Amino acid sequence: MEKIKFKLNGKDEIFEGDLSSRLLDVLRDDFRLTGVKCGCKEGECGACAVLIDKKLVNSCMVAMGAIDGSEIISIEGFKETERFKVLDRAFAELSAVQCGFCTPGMVLAAEALLSENPHPTEEEVRIGISGNLCRCTGYNAIVNAILKASKEGNGLW
Amino acid sequence: MKDISKSVVRKDHEEKITGSCKYVADYDSKGVLIGKLVRSKKAHGKLIGINFPKMPNGYMSVTYEDVPGINEVHIVKDDTPVFAKDSVEYIGEPVAMIIGPDEKIVNELVKETELIIDELEPVLDILKSDTVFFDYEYTKGDHVKAFKEADKVYEETFSTGYQEQAYLETQGMMAEPEEDGKILVHGSMQCVYYVHNAVKKVLGSDDFHIRQDPTGGGFGGKEAWPSIVASEVAVAAYKAKKPVRLVFDRREDLEFTSKRHPSITHYRVAVKNGRVTAMDIDVKFNAGAYTTLSAVVLQRGLICADGVYNIPNLIVKGKALKTNTVPNGAYRGFGAPQTFFPVETIMSHIAQDMGKEPLEFKREHLVKQGDMTSTSGMYHFPVPLEDMIEEVAKASGFYEKRKKYSEKQSGRYRRGIGISMHFHGAGFTGAGERDLIKAVAKLKKHKDGTVEVLAANGEIGQGLRTTFPKIVAHELGIPLDRVYYNWPDTGKVPDSGPTVASRSLMVVGELMRRLAIKLKEIWKDGEEQIVEERFREPSFVIPFNLDIFQGDAYPTYAWGVQAVEIELDTLTGLMKNLGTWASFDVGTPADYNIVMGQMEGGLLQGLGYSSMEKMDYDKNGRIRNNNFSDYLIPTSMDVPNMNVQLHVEEYPDGPYGAKGAGELPLVGVPAAYVEAVSQALGGVRINHIPFTQEDAMKEIAKKDE
Repeated sequence: MEKIKFKLNGKDEIFEGDLSSRLLDVLRDDFRLTGVKCGCKEGECGACAVLIDKKLVNSCMVAMGAIDGSEIISIEGFKETERFKVLDRAFAELSAVQCGFCTPGMVLAAEALLSENPHPTEEEVRIGISGNLCRCTGYNAIVNAILKASKEGNGLW
Repeated sequence: MKDISKSVVRKDHEEKITGSCKYVADYDSKGVLIGKLVRSKKAHGKLIGINFPKMPNGYMSVTYEDVPGINEVHIVKDDTPVFAKDSVEYIGEPVAMIIGPDEKIVNELVKETELIIDELEPVLDILKSDTVFFDYEYTKGDHVKAFKEADKVYEETFSTGYQEQAYLETQGMMAEPEEDGKILVHGSMQCVYYVHNAVKKVLGSDDFHIRQDPTGGGFGGKEAWPSIVASEVAVAAYKAKKPVRLVFDRREDLEFTSKRHPSITHYRVAVKNGRVTAMDIDVKFNAGAYTTLSAVVLQRGLICADGVYNIPNLIVKGKALKTNTVPNGAYRGFGAPQTFFPVETIMSHIAQDMGKEPLEFKREHLVKQGDMTSTSGMYHFPVPLEDMIEEVAKASGFYEKRKKYSEKQSGRYRRGIGISMHFHGAGFTGAGERDLIKAVAKLKKHKDGTVEVLAANGEIGQGLRTTFPKIVAHELGIPLDRVYYNWPDTGKVPDSGPTVASRSLMVVGELMRRLAIKLKEIWKDGEEQIVEERFREPSFVIPFNLDIFQGDAYPTYAWGVQAVEIELDTLTGLMKNLGTWASFDVGTPADYNIVMGQMEGGLLQGLGYSSMEKMDYDKNGRIRNNNFSDYLIPTSMDVPNMNVQLHVEEYPDGPYGAKGAGELPLVGVPAAYVEAVSQALGGVRINHIPFTQEDAMKEIAKKDE
């Protein structure tokens, strides 16, 4: 069986199972990374978003066969970074977390956005997180938290 | 701002943002059987039999025959079966469950299971329904005389569509046999004791307890439905003697769980000397196949059917009608959005017919403190609508825009702005709180000086795990980190009532405040101490009689005013939201950020309901919108930041002046949205929601003809 080698949250990993397995299922079931949430399994909600080579991707839409050589970061890895701390603080101060189900994906969407564009406008933030559905907040607090993080994390991105 | 209102970091923030918070689907699957439901593919029929495929070792089926107690889910009435027995009543109705260790194999077994159904003609149109689940009528004043003496009678029919709660975490539940022989049922839910009472009937014993897991949103959708899901898994675990987990996939959740009731309302309005003197209102709700919560949803819808206006004469009739579709139930607002939309809209239409600005006409009719409510109760407290209208008008530039956009517009892009007003009766309708719920809550002080909240209200994102402890810490004068509120477990906590009706903070939060005062009085360092408090109905309340809909349906009201501005693209029909402004009075915020989060979140759900959240079923009764491509909920790009202000009118019987909050911000939006769209379309009358891009295109096409 073909071996898939990839980096997960900074660690080298090998996957030897069915290449058509969803990355989402492998992360949740095999690696027990349950911060990766399953909201729809159809690529519509963003709850399962992870970073693959720094790009935001819905892990339910990715087959294991497609990630050979990639670097994957889930919330469990990202939470160890300085950038996370800034986002964490901004989300906390503005109470941008409600039910929490969209939150890990949303934070990674913020990271993906700020990596490309460290000082986005409100509209650019809204575009950046538009693949991540949130039903609780109406997005105001999340958008404002990302703008705040962008200001306070000046230089980190 | 009061001290209590100052925002703190939510107690659940850290575990949620780091992804370590364990929702029901996050528990390890080792040793857990996966459950999947065998659902009816027919909307109506006699259930003759079930042909299961041969079950591999370790796999089994679960049906009504396995229910140790009674095969009925206790909700309000108990007509919903756990598993269908003699008939199927809607597409998606659970007939059996298959459980086993491997999800793929379970799915295959479900596919191979054959239901033998003798098909019957389904009823899909409420106007043709022959089964009336609930039928209410009430009056106020002398409507017959008022209509007879009217200068003019206006008459219009309105309709509203489904709305799906679309919480990000789908329904999920797990049942685990424990060493002492009891079964623990835990999962995503709003109301642990609702689930408890349902499972008790189904298991026919007390050998179980229910615990809420972190819940990824509810919005009413996890008020009654988890009682059904919990009953299913409890029966399965009882049979298998192993842990069983059932988590819905998104398609199941969208198609086969309760939604906001679609409605058809008919209004007749009598006007004399430029004033509305009477309303004759007929409300019909599509209840779906079983009664679930339809009685109470309909009651609320009827009670607010005359809006925020002082209408001296009323006749209000309402029916919840059976159709062979998924049962409808609770969704934030609970029947109120279905009547506030028509009453606000017909008031606007009447004003326009009389050559008046709708807002001006509406202001002439606003209720004020001391006025009689629709049910001959009283508005006991100040009604701040006038001030709130000014706040919203100022923030939005309403008067100038309204005037400007009323002039003839040309070109591809055309604008409109609308405004609407509403209230939300705070807490349970009628005497429910006093006669049915009878909330009990406790505080337990541990020897180490930490204080534990013992209550049954669920954190579903609205912040109760923070606000309850915050009230207690505030009153005791101790740091917030010394007060905590665990996920409620019916084996440990008293029944402080369900997490519904915008009641938790107002009613149980007040119990928290009183509990803390009580504990403070007897506080002894180093000792374990427990204090208990019970709900007391405020003395000013005029007792409500449900048989005749007379008295105070609610002790007090939360108030809302909102304005929406849109820009219509006449080429594509797209209605761009240029701004949404609101002022909400939910009394004193127990935490400014948390309350603002509720207001903004609810407001956007209301905008979705008004404009894009369209769901319907085909001629066979199958819901057509079963994923997020076909059922659109607002994304971050559908609105710019909403502008919300809090207007504080303190309620003396809520903690520090707090009133019901959660539902209010959704309820009134549709009328403002539709008024804005109508203006952009040059005054076209709109009598239904959602008013979608396609609807706009149809109106534009009509004009071109």
